[in-house]
Amino acid sequence: MKHITRTFALAATGVLTLSLAACGGEGFEDDGGGDGEAGQSEAPASADGPASLQMLIASSGDAETQAVEEAAAAWAEDSGNTVDVTVASDMGQELAQGFAGGSPADVFYLDAGAFATNAEAGNLYAYEAEDNDDFYEPLREAFTYEDQQYCAPKDFSTLGLIINQSMWEEAGLTEDDLPTTYDELAQVAETLTTGDVTGLVLSPGIDRAGAFVVGSGGWWMNEDNTAPTANTPEVVAGLQVVQDMISSGSAALSSQVDTGWGGEAFGTGRAAMTIEGNWIKGAMSNDYPDLDYLVAELPEGPAGPGTLLFTQCWGVAAQSEAQAQAVELVNYLTSAEQQMAFADAFGVMPSRQSASEDYTAAYPEDEAFIAGGDYGHGPINVPGIADVVADLNSQLENIGSADLESVVESFDSNVQAVLGR
Amino acid sequence: MSSRDPQRQPVAGWLFITPMLVVLGLFLAAPIVMALWVSVSDWTGRGSPFSSEVSFVGAQHYRDLLATDGLARQDFMTSMRNTFYYVLGVVPAQTVLALTLAVIVNQRFLRGRTFFRTAFYFPSVVSSVAISLVFLFLFTGTGAVNQFLGLFGISGPNWFADSRGVLHVAGDAVGLWDASAPPSGLAGTEVLSLSLWEWLAGPSVALSAIMLQVVWTTAGTFMLMFLAALQDLPAEVDEAAMVDGANRWQRFMNVTVPHLRPTILLVITLGIIGTWQVFDQVYIMTDGGPAKTTLTPAYLSFQTAFENIDFPKGAAIAFLLFALIFVLTQLQRFLLRDRDEARQRRAERQQRRQRRHTPARPTSEVSA
Repeated sequence: MKHITRTFALAATGVLTLSLAACGGEGFEDDGGGDGEAGQSEAPASADGPASLQMLIASSGDAETQAVEEAAAAWAEDSGNTVDVTVASDMGQELAQGFAGGSPADVFYLDAGAFATNAEAGNLYAYEAEDNDDFYEPLREAFTYEDQQYCAPKDFSTLGLIINQSMWEEAGLTEDDLPTTYDELAQVAETLTTGDVTGLVLSPGIDRAGAFVVGSGGWWMNEDNTAPTANTPEVVAGLQVVQDMISSGSAALSSQVDTGWGGEAFGTGRAAMTIEGNWIKGAMSNDYPDLDYLVAELPEGPAGPGTLLFTQCWGVAAQSEAQAQAVELVNYLTSAEQQMAFADAFGVMPSRQSASEDYTAAYPEDEAFIAGGDYGHGPINVPGIADVVADLNSQLENIGSADLESVVESFDSNVQAVLGR
Repeated sequence: MSSRDPQRQPVAGWLFITPMLVVLGLFLAAPIVMALWVSVSDWTGRGSPFSSEVSFVGAQHYRDLLATDGLARQDFMTSMRNTFYYVLGVVPAQTVLALTLAVIVNQRFLRGRTFFRTAFYFPSVVSSVAISLVFLFLFTGTGAVNQFLGLFGISGPNWFADSRGVLHVAGDAVGLWDASAPPSGLAGTEVLSLSLWEWLAGPSVALSAIMLQVVWTTAGTFMLMFLAALQDLPAEVDEAAMVDGANRWQRFMNVTVPHLRPTILLVITLGIIGTWQVFDQVYIMTDGGPAKTTLTPAYLSFQTAFENIDFPKGAAIAFLLFALIFVLTQLQRFLLRDRDEARQRRAERQQRRQRRHTPARPTSEVSA
């Protein structure tokens, strides 16, 4: 008797599981249909009547949340639709959940670093915002996968050289001494290094050291993003510049001076110079309001000026049922006026060239950052290599003593393995 | 026999447990089956994993993690190495500490007993997020821990940025090897994508700081379990041992500890399961860094699935972790089994077998 009951229980559980699994399968089967790769050729899905859009953003703070909410509400009022703005605490995870569950947000922030993987997976609806050519070209490229631009750049940041004004003057340096080459940078860093103060402090990883790679004429991938090119003299030379400065003691990584990032080292006076993006403005005015600093363009390398671009775009979901309305919303949000409003609210730089004049007029101190829009390089734009990039970053955590040749070799072979799959 | 006999109402019985079966099936069995399928499929994380576009790829993801030399295996093995040292350090430490605390607060004549019990248990009820943040500040380069060490003239490391392996450092200190130029026999030999030198690194300084934190926070919970078992120990037994002339230490080792054997088994089992799954501290404090020395299988699974958007491989890591925990728990149950009980059971079995071979004799119908 006991035996029979147990068998029955097992069988019942099994049947239950199967039927549940089957339910799950049917539940969201229909919206998994192949509109991914065909996104560009199909007419956008357009909801009848007023649409209700879900927007998912990764906000830097209350100022950004409020500004986006206000802008979305204004558009909703004009167009008769509704927009519901949600702030994600872990953007990557929440996006992935939405795509897997079949009900992602209609419009969302999408980081350039995560773009290619999502484009390849068919998560994105490909569209172009109005007057697409007005966006900076490197930004458009950052959101292009297999010759197809998928989304409109929201705004961007570039790296600049941030200099502590009083330390600069105390060291007897003037405006003429602003470094224009890597050698000059090493020299002023040495001049500025005294006691507790390191001349130049960088956050670790390729998001800073990569600027020197660009200036040296190299990049991690070839132009079509079809093959790794890290093991080239240019890339190694760029990394070598950083390594030399660190081993001479005039530069250090932020972790070496017990700080979380370059901005903290700079703010606390452990660094006379750092290389950070325009987001440092907010950190400085919040945490270190008394520190005077100036921003210069990064010095030029042997291959010309080089900096890095960081950007996000307004992604529209392939699974959205109101793509047409979502694109209209993006058109509104990326208009030059609205971008200036965002710039005023939370200090981002407009992704449209037509807004750059207004922006530099309003924020002349950001000229160095804006200038980077013309020659900066976006993030590595290859799907499925987040772990390879993470590995590269972890190897560069001790760039001061790392064997650069083997670092770039392992990057190349790891990328090969991903691309060959 | 009437139909009211409670043993004869299977339908009603099933009816009553249906809600539980549905809940278990929906939230436990179904997700596990789904994840198992995902780990052998090529699902890209879009739409249902059971849709017709998703196909079966066999053990490919498991092969990538175990057999193929590449970044996936290197990361996985790194996380295995880290967690192995982590478990090796944390489980014994937390068990011993919990037992010690339990014995202390179990003393009948201890003043402020309730205060100490609360104080020792307190870390276990505070959210691990809050504690992790506090530890981040304690262990910064200029934090309280290093200032304390400074009182003794020790200049502490920059804990959470220090990727040096503790064994590397220790071996260097006693002159066993030079950590900046590792012996080529170790550095040159690669086993499962990591060199022997890397396998022998021990927990990094950063991981050690996390270990300290975890021992501190979990000891309270396990203390409670030991305390409950200790209060089950009849005072007479202890007193009898005292009359026999056993000293404190003898009484503890020969009376208390044997009595606690089932609890020790429980604590070590829970400890092994919990430590192999360590996630939140890594997620909050280090993101797997510095130099991947705090990467753990659970965190790697999360990172692979949600940051690299490779759900199948993330699921495969989770199942490998499950298999490992299962095997280790069984092994540890076997090693810690009650030997007397096992011997007795073996004897019984032998008896039964002998009985079967002897000619049948009438037995009463009382079997259950």
